[in-house]
This record gives sequence, structure tokens and C-alpha cells, in this order.
Amino acid sequence: MSANPQRLALGGVGIPRLLYVPAALGFALLVLPLVGLVVRADWPRVPAAIVSAEALAALALSLQTALSATALCLIVGVPLALVIARSGSRLAGVLRALTTLPLVMPPLVGGIALLYLLGRNGLVGGFLELAFGIQLPFTTAAVVIAQSFVALPFLVIAVEGALRTAGTGFETIAATLGAGRWTVFRRVTLPTILPGLLAGTVLAFARALGEFGATALFAGNAAGVTRTMPLAIYTAFNGAGATQDSAIALSLLLVVVGIIILLLLRSWRTTPGL
Amino acid sequence: MPQDSARGLGAQRLVRAASVLVLASGLALAGCSDGVSESQTSSAPGELHGSLTIFAAASLTESFTELADIFGSDHPGVTIAPISFDGSTTLATQIGEGAPADVFAAADEATMRTVSGLLDGEPTPFASNSLQIAVQLGNPLAISGLADLSDPDLKVVVCAPHVPCGASAHTLLDRQNIVLTPASEELNVKAVLTKVQLREADAGLVYVSDIAATDSVEGVSIRGADEAKSIYPIGILERSKNPAVAQAFRDFVVSDRGQIVLAQYGFGRP
Repeated sequence: MSANPQRLALGGVGIPRLLYVPAALGFALLVLPLVGLVVRADWPRVPAAIVSAEALAALALSLQTALSATALCLIVGVPLALVIARSGSRLAGVLRALTTLPLVMPPLVGGIALLYLLGRNGLVGGFLELAFGIQLPFTTAAVVIAQSFVALPFLVIAVEGALRTAGTGFETIAATLGAGRWTVFRRVTLPTILPGLLAGTVLAFARALGEFGATALFAGNAAGVTRTMPLAIYTAFNGAGATQDSAIALSLLLVVVGIIILLLLRSWRTTPGL
Repeated sequence: MPQDSARGLGAQRLVRAASVLVLASGLALAGCSDGVSESQTSSAPGELHGSLTIFAAASLTESFTELADIFGSDHPGVTIAPISFDGSTTLATQIGEGAPADVFAAADEATMRTVSGLLDGEPTPFASNSLQIAVQLGNPLAISGLADLSDPDLKVVVCAPHVPCGASAHTLLDRQNIVLTPASEELNVKAVLTKVQLREADAGLVYVSDIAATDSVEGVSIRGADEAKSIYPIGILERSKNPAVAQAFRDFVVSDRGQIVLAQYGFGRP
């Protein structure tokens, strides 16, 4: 664009100096709240708060449900991404838009929608109860469904992007050499998209771990059954001071988990040869 | 205050709505014909101006909406911000973090004590409330008392233990040696009521006033509920920019007229 040749010679495209101000503000907006959390924490009491029975129950439930939701997302998400990537452009466009809708929708809306579909009086929930005696609300299964609902779009988008970038060249060659469809899928398609698949899986897991709104409305808030980390934080924080320390400690724990996830993502992205 | 039967509610609500209308139109007429003096109101003479921000327990949703409406008609110079209704402890947390409230009405004294350092003077008790079991209309599961709720097949929703309605529930359950495993613990009483209204929960422990305020659930009385009565205090925040308005509102809530409104919604005297 209007790059200054002198600056280019110095090794960078100059940006207007004025833009540093909003850039710094934006950076501060993202980073300073975390500083606030760290400063506010009552550090000597953080370890005790983290290993309290309630916190451990919430952490165990969160890991268990988020892993289950991630597995569910992989089982249905990879095939869905494949179908979208291999569809004609119009159908793919419609499918992609509908798949990403939960991504741009407030999770609370998702929770209400899930309740009206799978609740006792919901379209499907009523049938489930009558036919099989299954009630989903207030169960751990409901948490997994809520988490999958919000996490699945992340996985599908990542995998579908990887599929489209990879193209179908190698798959066509493998097929002409006599490989069956399953063999092509297992031996060619999956290995090709592995980096995208891993990134999508990690993102989906992170999203599932942080899920709050849909869980709160659809699954409820019972310790050990549906009270995941975010719900435990919300419940503790609103305990009028008495339990705020543990809310902060649990929040710090989730921040650490988030940082670990980011580091994992980075190490995969920078793996040589990808 | 006799407890409301579900059948009488429709008529009662009509009467209540009508009385508010009459009261409001009367005040509006008075305001038109005589703009200076407020001859109709005896509780707060003089002109009040400024804004009023009220934080009130979720169980006060209907009654405080009406009280604020009447107060607003009494004092046209006062701008009442939309009331923040939520679990008392949630509101106390927000107030502790600097939320700009003038008046705080909590559902129990323990929660009010957590913000006592921020209050201007002592809080004033203004109402009492006790628990009832909210069940679906017609009580299809024939729930007759607290002991029935320990049935593990029942989906029972209660308030979290540190929220006033949850504290009352735990006091009652402990006293009567009843163990129940809640399907969910909510952070305010209206969230409990919603689960029953949606028929996702079979029963919920809510206040008498919550059941009086809705036609969509039925209440089952709890024996000994009065032993775990909640006393509702109202306090004025030290940081209030309009302490005169805040005091006038508090005085109105504890006045006879305020008490009549609260009684209509099933609240008792403090």
C-alpha cells in the first residue's frame, strides 16, 4: 500500500503511530482483567480452595463431561465436516451456516432451545420419557449434550477448513490405485487433516470446559451431577463474600488450563513439516 | 395473613389490579388538578426529586414492582430505575463490588449483614415469608408434605444453601430430619419456580409469596414452616446520592400502605 520505502528498507512496513494507542487499549482490555484476578486472589488460601472437596468434584465433573463432549464431537463432527466439504457449494453453504449458528448464538439461548427439545415437555424429550423413561434435564448427560452443542461448531469448522485446504488429489489417486472408501478415509483423509483435526479437538474441548449458559438452563446446578467448574465459580462467587475466595481460586485454575491448551495448540501448529 | 388457595388467586389478582388502577388514576388526577401540594399522600410530604435505584430479592419481584409503581405515582419528581431483582446473595455481591444501588431489600438478615458496612444506619425489617412446596397444577403426584420430597424418583429443585430461600429450606429439612437430593440448586427462588412451571421439576421449595404471585403452580403447605421464617430487611446504602428519596421509599415500604401491598402478595409482618 502506501509503504515508506525507507522503512521497508529498515525491515518493516510502517503503521500509523496513532494506531498504537487503540492497539494498546485493546491489549490492556484483554490482559488487565487477568491481572486483576491474580492480584485479588488470596494466594495463601488458593491451594486449600483448589483442593476442597467441592472444587475437586467440580473439576472432575468438568474434565469428565468435557472429554465426553469432545469425543461425541469427534464422532459426529468429523463425518459432518466431510459431508460439508464434499457437498456442492450451495448445499455446503447452507450446511455451514446452520452448523455455525450455535457459534454466534448466546449459549443461554441454546440452553432454552435444548430444554424445549429435550426437556420433559419438549418435542423429543416427551417421547424419550414416554417410550424409554429417559429424563435428560438435571443429568450429567444433559451437561455433555449442552457442551457438545456449543463445542461442535468449532470442531466442524476446523476440520472442514483442513479438508478443503487439503483437496481431494491424494484421495483420488488412492482410489484409482484400488483403495476402498474406508481405506481412503483412514489411510489418506484422516492423516492429511490431522493438524486441523487436533486443533479443532483442542478448541472444542476448551469450549466444552468453559460452557456455562446452556448447562445452567438445560442441566441445572447440582453438586457432583451438573455443577461443572463454571457453574461452581458462578455459585461460589454469588455466595455473598463467604465463598468468593474459592470462586477466584477456581477461576485461576481454569485460566491455567486455558494457558496449557494454548501451549498445546502452539506446539502442534509449529510442528515441523506441517 | 391466611394462606392463599390456588383457586382464589384469579379473583384476588383482579381485585389487586383494579385497586392499583384506581389508586394510580386517583393520584394522577390529583397531580393534574393540583400540581404543587400532594394532598393525597400522607406518608411523604414535600417534593422529592432525583433518581432511585432499588436492588431487591427475587421473591420481591411482583410486590416491589407494584410498590415502586405506587411510590413513583406519589412522587412524580422521582425517576425510578428498573429494579434489579436477583438472588439476595448475588445482589449483595454486586453491592459489595460497588453497584450503584440506593436501597437494598434482602430476603434474610444474614445476607443483609454481609453488606452492613456499606449501609447508612441499621436495616429495617419490613416483611416475613415462609416456604411452601410448589407443585404442578392439580398436584398430580399427590405431594402432601416435606417428607414426600425425599422420594428419590422425584425431581426436587431447591435454592443453593447460601441463598436465603436455600438457608430456610435447609433449616426446615434439618429440623424435620428429612434428607433430599436436589435435582438442582438454583441461585434465586424464581429460578426454582421456573423449573416447576416448565414441569421439568416435580416440586420446588419456594416462598408462599412466590406461589401467591403465579397462577401456573400450586402450593402445598409445610407443617412447621413458620419455624424457618425469613425476615426481610431493607437498608439504605451509604453511597446513595439521594438518601432522602431512599428513606422515603423505605418509609413507604414499612408504612401501612406498603404493608397492605406486601400482604396481598402473601408476605407477613416482620
